[in-house]
Amino acid sequence: MPREGILIDAPYERMTKEQIMQIHQAAIEILNDPGLISFNREAAELFHSSGAEVTSVASGAHPCWLVKIPEKLVLHALDSAPKTVKLGARNPDNTLIMQGEEPRVYFISGSETNIWLDVDFPTYVKKSDPSAEIQVPEFHPRRGTVADLCQSAHVCEHLETLDGYIRTVNIQDKDITEDNKDVNKFFASLNNTTKHVMSGLTSLKQLDNVVNMAKLIAGGEEQLKENPIISFITCLVKSPLQFVEDTTQTFIEICKKGLPVVVSSSPQAGSTAPIKEAGIMAQINAEVLAGITLSQLVNKGTPVIYGSVPVRARMDTLGDSYGSVETSQYNVDCVQLARFYKLPNYSTSGVCDAKMPGQQASIERLFSDILVTLSGPQYLHCAYGLLDCNSVFCLLQAVLDDAHFQMIKFFLRPPRISETEITETLKQIREVVATPQKLYIRYIRPVMRSGEISAPYPFEGDGETDNVFALAYARMNQLLAQPVEHIDPATTNRIFQEIPGILSRLNIYEERREQ
Amino acid sequence: MSEDVVALLKENVIQGRKTQDDEGIDEDLSGTPGVMELTRSALEQNIALEAIITQGLTAGMQVVGERFSAKEYFIPDMLASAEAVGAAMDILKPLLEASNVETKGKFAIATVKGDIHDIGKNIVAILLRGAGYEVNDLGTDVPTERIVEVVREYEPDFLGLSALLTTTMVVMGEIIEALKENGLRDKVKVLIGGAAVSDEYAQEIGADAYCVDGFHAINVLDAFQEAKA
Repeated sequence: MPREGILIDAPYERMTKEQIMQIHQAAIEILNDPGLISFNREAAELFHSSGAEVTSVASGAHPCWLVKIPEKLVLHALDSAPKTVKLGARNPDNTLIMQGEEPRVYFISGSETNIWLDVDFPTYVKKSDPSAEIQVPEFHPRRGTVADLCQSAHVCEHLETLDGYIRTVNIQDKDITEDNKDVNKFFASLNNTTKHVMSGLTSLKQLDNVVNMAKLIAGGEEQLKENPIISFITCLVKSPLQFVEDTTQTFIEICKKGLPVVVSSSPQAGSTAPIKEAGIMAQINAEVLAGITLSQLVNKGTPVIYGSVPVRARMDTLGDSYGSVETSQYNVDCVQLARFYKLPNYSTSGVCDAKMPGQQASIERLFSDILVTLSGPQYLHCAYGLLDCNSVFCLLQAVLDDAHFQMIKFFLRPPRISETEITETLKQIREVVATPQKLYIRYIRPVMRSGEISAPYPFEGDGETDNVFALAYARMNQLLAQPVEHIDPATTNRIFQEIPGILSRLNIYEERREQ
Repeated sequence: MSEDVVALLKENVIQGRKTQDDEGIDEDLSGTPGVMELTRSALEQNIALEAIITQGLTAGMQVVGERFSAKEYFIPDMLASAEAVGAAMDILKPLLEASNVETKGKFAIATVKGDIHDIGKNIVAILLRGAGYEVNDLGTDVPTERIVEVVREYEPDFLGLSALLTTTMVVMGEIIEALKENGLRDKVKVLIGGAAVSDEYAQEIGADAYCVDGFHAINVLDAFQEAKA
């Protein structure tokens, strides 16, 4: 049985059908004029041999080609791209089935941040009253490590609302190099969660090793195809309208293997895309459609996901403003576009401008999490624990986020109104009205423990004290203390024998033996 | 056999099952005797009133209170158990009067004149009955003269006054003054409760205590009774 996610009965939509068609037509026009610049030769050749107008253009030292993609190529690709994409998992109960036309939302972590935020609770004494003490959370940033990635996957395994795992932190240990980063990040993730694992690839040279590792875990090549426990996200497009040489090559090679892949584009309204909504929507749609078209030219039937990470620019720094209201609007628009093409969608919410856990983070995150969820994206990169745009990950924040996703999921349960309910209710009302006290309290009990009543906020303190951080921190440590189902010893042994580059300290069985 | 009925009585208080139609908590016990049926059964078996009350009803409520403190039980559980005990006390009342067995104390409660809000008052009444107090619930929008009359004739140990509104809470002070004028103030402890009032307000109008909620009210009454003993 796949994970249920949450099915949105009536998805929230911003654009009218006419507006969607306008954006679609604009994207088709953009792909033909001005077209895209491809810095990748193989992509340019593929487009050329498929009927696109491709001309070599000079751009400094790098060869590149102007690719003008005709409408029919795009439409063929949209036709052949699978409308249902399955993302497997070590535990088959964690499988995700995404259908382009079904607004069933899965909540996903990510993305890769450079900074890991530790938290502790030092005690402060009031100057005017030394007997009064208070514990205040302090956050300490540092560079992420592979041990952090293991911890993050471990906690995410136990977060009830989290359906799939995108690595949360860039591993920057001294013994991590470009040549071993991918195998280590995939192994650290897969070994600590039984949920689906998606990641980008640092080096194309590591693709075979990563896929071979996944085959060993899944039980073989066919088993991996049947149960794709890993998938990839590639930023092959650099906005505006450029296929990057190396990530496009990575994308092509992943498509050749037939593994699920997200075509991701992340234009910034104001700098790398027009500041107005129509402009950024037309451009991001063109960029994603170009990637989808390429995927189907490489390998017809490649399971591809319409990936959108649009963002508005900050006016003070021209950096990303994920916390801006427009960013949520763009994401909802993209969900509608993907549904128009009947393709599963990767959308973004929860990424915030706030630099540490607190009120700003809660407001920004909850605002976009609710709104984008309501639009019904299948694969919602809702960024558990992410702070300061894409820069910082805090495990404590991830635990806090799980609590509000529980509320969102509860809210989105279908109404419980039926003939049976009405009959029962009428009986209850007549009974209560006939009593002197006229209270329904005794009828609460049968439903109180059935899960039909939403739980109180789990980090509510006693009295008037705000203990949210301390209680969430305690919960985080509880989750870390719960065991996870690691990859079995025999498979682990084979992985360490056959896949080069994995750090020996990640072999939990060797570590236990040494102890 | 008699011990079985008393033990079952205690267990069914814990389960909050007033009658055989109630489900309980741990499992669906519908169809098996609840507190009311078990109380009658205990009387038929000539089990001593004291055993029924102390080993059955009060012992059950003791466990319910502990579970509430441990956050295993919630207010609806407490109320269900208290309601069950209250119903059992109604069955036992004629026998208690005949045998001169005393309750924990007499408690009159009212929502004051001008105020019709009664949810909190009702909960307090149910809980105090469940805790072993004899409760006289006067209802809502009760005139001050009626309250004075009840204090004179019913002679409660405690008078609970409830008001939700800032416009009606002032009536509480008027009632205390009326009790003084009728020479009754020393005969009864006056407790106040409701969203509009507070500890400070209780002191301001000369009440004996402010009760945050029904559970607090039980503790306050118990403390007064212990002090009296």
